[in-house]
Amino acid sequence: MAPKATILSADEIRRGLTRIAHEIVERNKGAQDLAIIGVHTRGIPLAARLAAKLSELEGVEIPTGMLDITLYRDDLSEVAHQPIIRETHVPFDIAQRRVVLVDDVLYTGRTVRAALDALIDLGRPLGIQLAVLIDRGHRELPIRADYVGKNLPTAKSEVVKVKLQETDGVDIVELWDLEDVK
Amino acid sequence: MTAAATSARPRHLLDFQDWSPERLTAILDNADTMLQVLDRPVKKVPALQGLTICTAFFENSTRTRTSFELAARRMSADVMTFAAGASSVSKGESLRDTIEVLTQYKVDAYIVRHHASGAAHLVHQYSGKPVINAGDGRRAHPTQALLDAYTVRQEYGSLEGKTVAILGDVRHSRVARSNAELLPKLGAKVILCGPATLLPADLGALPGVTLTTDPVQAVRGAHAVMALRLQQERMTGGYLGSLQEYADTYQVNEALMGHAESGAIVLHPGPMNRDVEISAEAADGPRSRILKQVENGQAIRMSVLYHLLVGRD
Repeated sequence: MAPKATILSADEIRRGLTRIAHEIVERNKGAQDLAIIGVHTRGIPLAARLAAKLSELEGVEIPTGMLDITLYRDDLSEVAHQPIIRETHVPFDIAQRRVVLVDDVLYTGRTVRAALDALIDLGRPLGIQLAVLIDRGHRELPIRADYVGKNLPTAKSEVVKVKLQETDGVDIVELWDLEDVK
Repeated sequence: MTAAATSARPRHLLDFQDWSPERLTAILDNADTMLQVLDRPVKKVPALQGLTICTAFFENSTRTRTSFELAARRMSADVMTFAAGASSVSKGESLRDTIEVLTQYKVDAYIVRHHASGAAHLVHQYSGKPVINAGDGRRAHPTQALLDAYTVRQEYGSLEGKTVAILGDVRHSRVARSNAELLPKLGAKVILCGPATLLPADLGALPGVTLTTDPVQAVRGAHAVMALRLQQERMTGGYLGSLQEYADTYQVNEALMGHAESGAIVLHPGPMNRDVEISAEAADGPRSRILKQVENGQAIRMSVLYHLLVGRD
């Protein structure tokens, strides 16, 4: 089976992240108190790339962390099989920092809600902002992203697949029919 | 997806019979995450929100019950405590009637301790709900064995090729039996040691398990040495000459640990009879991981609850 369309190429992903990095610097007037935290799985390499770009732009080291939201999901009784718990590793105090939460796709908003709960249990940040590579719509909760690589109107019968070098060996965003990926 | 996640999972932890090494390893792996949760400012996650768990203790226990209750609360479950001594059981109510009444309170899972071997299995039969055995008779105490295995793994990174010597009243110990079933599944060897009167021969038939009455032989090359509580309340049957005689031969102390691996650790499931089965120096010394076992116990119990109660098959 083949994807319906290629949404972003490797170059477009790179350019999208560069633009987001500039927007983060502009909105926060620098990168002094920032921290970047990626949500498992593909939010983590995206967070690392964003942190590297911010360091390059501003000449400061940006603390980065990873967040697993499995224990915070609100659909654990509905999922088949047992979800696998991955590591949460935030090796710095998030209080007194503005945290940019990073994920690959924003869809219903339920993952972000869980991530907000998980993050707040670690401390009380000055603020939380949300960066996503793709916003595909269909929100079920009042959540919106502060930084978006690409807004992509989709049908619920479609699937957005983000593939990254670090996890999949290639940088590409594709649109698939749900039927074809089952 | 791991094998643990893709194959059908047991919804009970009665003993280790139906448990594959992969599922057992998944429990130990998830305990790493639970320990992280316990280190956070907010030591609580919402994973079991909305579920009601009953700790049904038909036999006295403080630390196991407390550990389970806290574990369930750390996962946001509601906990109902049932202590047989303060219930209609003391008026003669049967186990079946008790469990059927409790089930009407919409209990979602049971944690059961009972003096009779097999009681946890009956609770499952009467309730139809997931059951965790928190110790039944002489038969099994699986979460204690899991926390023991976890503590050894934490020390050495793996259980593969490690040797655990367990000394003392093996005959009356459900902890020894559960460890003898669990540790070889995870790649470790088990040596059970005690006076011949307290060393049931049938345990020697388990794969990866060796029996000996010689304590020096038992601990030689061991990576972990566990002292078992001498169950003095059960010592009326002439199992021992005297406590002193027992302590002189089988006590886990610095002299005996001198025969173990250089970095070997000391374990004890508690409660301890200091200076009987374990010396104060060994219990409090740098090799001791006894308090670590207590901390790990809560993480393991959180992981077991998560494994049994979350997700559909």
